[in-house]
Amino acid sequence: MRTAAFLLAALSATAALAHKPSDSYLHLSSAGARIDGSWDIALRDLEEAVGLDDDGDGAITWGELLRHRPAIFAYALARLRASSTAGACAARPGALLVDDHADGAYAVLHFSLDCPGAAASLEIAYSLLFELDPSHRGLLRFQSPGRVQSAIFSPERPVQQFALPEAPRGLAGFLRDGLFKAGFTHLLFLLALLLPLVLRRGQKAPDPRQALGEAAAMAGLFAIAASITLSLSALGLARAPVRLVQPAIALCLLVALLDNLLPIIRQRRGGFALAAGLLHGFGLADALVDPGLSAAALVPALLCFNLGVVLGLLVPAALFLAAVLRGRRLEAFVP
Amino acid sequence: MIAAVLLGAALLAAPRLPGNPDLILERLPERSDSALRRSRAELRRDPANLALALAYARSALREARRASDPRYAGYAQSALGPWWTAPRPPEPVLVLRATLRQYFHDFPAALADLEAALALDPADGQAWVTLAAIRQVRGEPALSRSACAPLLRLSSALVAATCIAAANGLSGDLARSAPLLRTLLDRAATADTHAAGGPHAAANAGEKVWALSVLADLDERAGNAALAEADFRAALAAAEPDAWLLGAWADFLLDHRREAEVVELLRDRTRADALLLRLAIAGQRLGRPDAGAQVEMLRDRFATSRLRGDTAHRREEARFTLELLGEPRAALALAQANWEVQREPADARLLLEAAVAAGDAAAARPVLDHLDRTRLEDVKLAALRSRLRGAP
Repeated sequence: MRTAAFLLAALSATAALAHKPSDSYLHLSSAGARIDGSWDIALRDLEEAVGLDDDGDGAITWGELLRHRPAIFAYALARLRASSTAGACAARPGALLVDDHADGAYAVLHFSLDCPGAAASLEIAYSLLFELDPSHRGLLRFQSPGRVQSAIFSPERPVQQFALPEAPRGLAGFLRDGLFKAGFTHLLFLLALLLPLVLRRGQKAPDPRQALGEAAAMAGLFAIAASITLSLSALGLARAPVRLVQPAIALCLLVALLDNLLPIIRQRRGGFALAAGLLHGFGLADALVDPGLSAAALVPALLCFNLGVVLGLLVPAALFLAAVLRGRRLEAFVP
Repeated sequence: MIAAVLLGAALLAAPRLPGNPDLILERLPERSDSALRRSRAELRRDPANLALALAYARSALREARRASDPRYAGYAQSALGPWWTAPRPPEPVLVLRATLRQYFHDFPAALADLEAALALDPADGQAWVTLAAIRQVRGEPALSRSACAPLLRLSSALVAATCIAAANGLSGDLARSAPLLRTLLDRAATADTHAAGGPHAAANAGEKVWALSVLADLDERAGNAALAEADFRAALAAAEPDAWLLGAWADFLLDHRREAEVVELLRDRTRADALLLRLAIAGQRLGRPDAGAQVEMLRDRFATSRLRGDTAHRREEARFTLELLGEPRAALALAQANWEVQREPADARLLLEAAVAAGDAAAARPVLDHLDRTRLEDVKLAALRSRLRGAP
């Protein structure tokens, strides 16, 4: 017999039957150039990396942990490198606390990172414990005003980028998005819907005041309906599949255009505007999608976006109608 | 999803500042052998020494299995660091890397390593036995049997016989495999009494536990519950049982409606997900008040391991979803993903049970084809098959 002892005692005893593997929990929260961090690292891992059990009795006391405080911070912070485009952030150790997780006691390291200048993104390089245990993972939760990002660091993905909140893009940004991202399709539809009101074929020029009033009511109905589904959809209260919404919007546009030639929806124009508005709201929600937006920041952003959409649709529509009406009035004077 | 899990972890956290310096925060797991620490210290003094690295990595891997702690598997990998990523690692590194990759359920990479290792040294018994084990997990009994054959020359008779009995027992020769293995075990036991306490006693205990657990599986699948129970009890008595053996014994008890014994057995083994799963199943069947908390704990742990990108827990997660959450559709999807990686009788059973519960006979087809192709015999699989046939 060549080999005395094979590693065979139940070759099936794999990771599936094991305890929870080694993870650390890193929380960062940014406010301006300063980033506050707290980092939960298992005492078992620190024992392997730094050595905590001085008296070798198999128990780690608070006194032993405190004695190794400088070594723990030095070991950990050397394995977390943060840098912005302007340069590396300086790490400063803070308080050392203790916490219990489901799989044992963890040291909680508080620290802060001072990053030079204002930057759009932050690069984090994580290498804690990788040299000792390549199956270790770092679980990051990065909180910045208005958004929460998360990531997992592994030896395969030790360096990752994170967007920092762009200060100027606030509510005004959402208003701008609403104005310009609303899209040509929605405006085209609205014009197609309103055109017959001012341009009745084979009839005399309509009373401009009455025509404009009708058009305003119709456009308002459309805008309100669109706002309702847009809001519901952005708040996650209602969902419509994109592959149904987009063709349905196209069909609506077709019906509205045809209506200019054949009287399809003459008397049911109000109902049609309402239904089409609900449909278009779902379509508009795609332009607002921002998964990083926190619930608290979503409501004001939504209001601004809505306002932008309404302005972006109604102003061009009003200008267009006014121009058409003016054209018809001039036509009326032609003998 | 990631954010939700991390948020959950954050909400649970309540960091504190202990006042008393003598307060014990954590008890380190007992290290059965201080030899592991010594070997680590030696390696740290001379990290480029391949012999020291191999010795430490082997002890660490053994400790990972004994203590059910994946950290030690990570330590083993890092000890091999300088050679791990080399384009042509030395043969013993290839075999250990394969064993570690098998541990983390990366079977294709493990097979490639073993084939490379055996090309370099066809007389490496460890490589053949690991190859046979992986082929068996992958549901390839014929290939497993051909990997067992060289062991007749390279290992003890018991190791070779166990390897061959396991392979034959999965491919249409269940009835003859169990008695043959039993005879060999009895003969080994007589030899043992002559060499008790000798230098090979510990190695023999490991071989014996392996043989007995294979025999228990053969007897159980043949429907001989009394024999299987005796095999399990002998295996449990032969050495300190590892998580795999405890899990298999707990499954036997659950199958025979002996939940109270499972609670007794696993009450203090809740750190290992697979054992907590069996404890929770027993607890839920008995209507124990702590079962709900255990289900929540398992839900958290599976979410975390999915977050880490671990796939080693699919079998357990499928069973959790089927038996504890009662969601057969989701369980079936997990069992199907698991079937792509592992094809042991337990994996076949899980998929068939999920297919029956979900009323989806078509989903069971790949497993039934596999059973026909390999001629796998198992009384429980046969019962599930007839239930599927009875279904519309």
